[in-house]
Amino acid sequence: MKTDAELKETDTGVKVKLYYTPEDLPGFDYGTSLGNPGEYPYTRGIYPTMYRGKLWTMRQYSGFSTSENTNSRFKFLLEQGQTGLSLALDLPTQLGLDSDDPLAKDDVGRLGVAIDTLRDMEEMFDGIPLDTISTSFTVNSTASIILAMYVATGEKQGVSKEKLRGTIQNDILKEYIARGTWIFPPQPSIRLIGDTIVYCMENIPRFNSVSVSGTHICEAGATHAQSIAYPFLTAITYINEVLKRGYRIDHIAPLLSFHLIAGGIQFQLFQDVANLRAARRLWAKIVKERLGAEEEKSLLLRFSTGAMGSGMTEQQPLNNIARIAYYALAAALAGSRSFNLPCFDEAYGIPTEEAVRTSLRVQQILAHETGVADTVDPLAGSYYMEDLTNYFEKEIEREMEEIESRGGIVACIENGYIQGKLLGQAYEVERKIQRGEIVKVGVNRFTVDEEQREMEVFALDPEVLSQQIERLNRIKASRDKSKVTACLNDLKKAATEERNTMPYLLDAVKAYATMGEIVGVLKEVYGEAEQPVSI
Amino acid sequence: MEKQSNLFLYEEVVDKERPIRILIAKPGLDGHDKGAKVVAKALKDAGMEVIYIGLRQSTDSILNAALEENVDIIGLSILSGSHVPICRELLGKMGQQGIEGIKVVVGGVMPRADVRVLKDLGISEVFRGGSSFDDIIQALREMVRGAGRH
Repeated sequence: MKTDAELKETDTGVKVKLYYTPEDLPGFDYGTSLGNPGEYPYTRGIYPTMYRGKLWTMRQYSGFSTSENTNSRFKFLLEQGQTGLSLALDLPTQLGLDSDDPLAKDDVGRLGVAIDTLRDMEEMFDGIPLDTISTSFTVNSTASIILAMYVATGEKQGVSKEKLRGTIQNDILKEYIARGTWIFPPQPSIRLIGDTIVYCMENIPRFNSVSVSGTHICEAGATHAQSIAYPFLTAITYINEVLKRGYRIDHIAPLLSFHLIAGGIQFQLFQDVANLRAARRLWAKIVKERLGAEEEKSLLLRFSTGAMGSGMTEQQPLNNIARIAYYALAAALAGSRSFNLPCFDEAYGIPTEEAVRTSLRVQQILAHETGVADTVDPLAGSYYMEDLTNYFEKEIEREMEEIESRGGIVACIENGYIQGKLLGQAYEVERKIQRGEIVKVGVNRFTVDEEQREMEVFALDPEVLSQQIERLNRIKASRDKSKVTACLNDLKKAATEERNTMPYLLDAVKAYATMGEIVGVLKEVYGEAEQPVSI
Repeated sequence: MEKQSNLFLYEEVVDKERPIRILIAKPGLDGHDKGAKVVAKALKDAGMEVIYIGLRQSTDSILNAALEENVDIIGLSILSGSHVPICRELLGKMGQQGIEGIKVVVGGVMPRADVRVLKDLGISEVFRGGSSFDDIIQALREMVRGAGRH
């Protein structure tokens, strides 16, 4: 006869029992362990009504190659009733390279829109008053410059700063670990993030100046607990940068938001949900007990969720739609505020419109046809779910302590410790999949001899590069060169003296200094990051 | 039909002669390097000498490193969709400079149809997402041994 003590090791290494009983939750107290939704410690959710009050936001990430294309797409979306725009920027823009930089030529306009100067931003939002929309920018090392351009565009439209709404990702530390769009070394990059947070706090209160991400590091091999622990340590780093400028925790904590994992290559339905519930509870405790926040709104872990391409298989790509649906289910059961789902054709190229729409439909079916949003935190009180939630809370704390005992997250990134650790983990997962120890349907089980339909893929307009360079040259020819030089000199001085760079960035973008020129000046002051490349 | 069991070539150490030397690089600006690093690790475990030069490499820096390190193979990892222009440029430069005997392979995210396009350009092998370590190792060994360099 089987007993509850019989353990099974899951694909993530977490061991689970055959079944769970009240004995698995000794000392469980509803009030202190969970609390009602909207009550400390917020295990069940940060708002009292959750999806009844407001359904999650459905937003898919997409990019268009030029500011004109993006402008017409935005106008179409607004006519359709969408109010939130999510903007993908091309890699040169994310790395501070102008479109005519030799390193940029194969990437201009490819993964999103190219922005060389303020003119591109102005044209992108031509006829779209910025006080009527909310714009989300996926940008990190050049986030402060993009923000300056957005503010300047609003000014030119006659929209005051207080009315601007939107988000910049602006989370540099995970770029060194996983996403790779770093420019400057960590310390000055953190200072730039401090500049943007403080500037937004003082001038654009409705703008989210940082979104700390745990999803990208999962692509690079992070475990569930690490995918929370590292973003928490990162957030604390940014908080400390702001605190040392004379602000209090209750100023900064309510401004932070997170983007956390639900889905991906290591997806486990109940573990993903428990991990996020644990994260909500632990963050409330950290901000209250460790950082000394007094206001309730400081304690809320505001997060959206996402998963990226690595869970999507190349084999039998339509199977991925089922995976996407389970990811979305986990996100809903965990009370995520917004889901960013991958697309079924991720292994083939940049997702097509059909694939993007399908991922959106998955969310809509979940929201409107399944009843999943009818009651808050429906898994609460399950012996298994609460035991797993307790387990992940301890694991997240353990992972945080490990990094702190090694000198903290910045040191562990600078010396490559985290990158090496995640690579080892990613390699092990990949080997287990290839040995068939982790089952992937269509990959190592239930395979077919495929020579199946060719997938339609997104194709780049070959004219984009020359058009963009031509625009850049036109702007360079028409601007006041001495003004550009003066603004860049002022920026350099401010950066050297460690003053807040935002006002100087604003002046520089308004003079039509290019992205490359501005980043060039900052590189002179800050230097460039070195890439730890050990295997 | 279930897939045949894998050979686990990456767990053997078979290279008794001079090991295969391979340079792995990420050309272009895309920063997603897990695939490149995981494959590099697998090749290393299979006894190859792997030189990983990392992100944001130009075709010139890749060629210079390949010549300096005297490699048999250049492996490019490209996920951004820019594989065709990058490969065309690299192979073009190799042709102009008369570099022979170095094979170029590509891994990453791309449509099936582009495998033919890349091979027509002169890329020796293409490993799309879903390729196993065994497939990659076996193909690289055949490529180098078949070319009579060992």
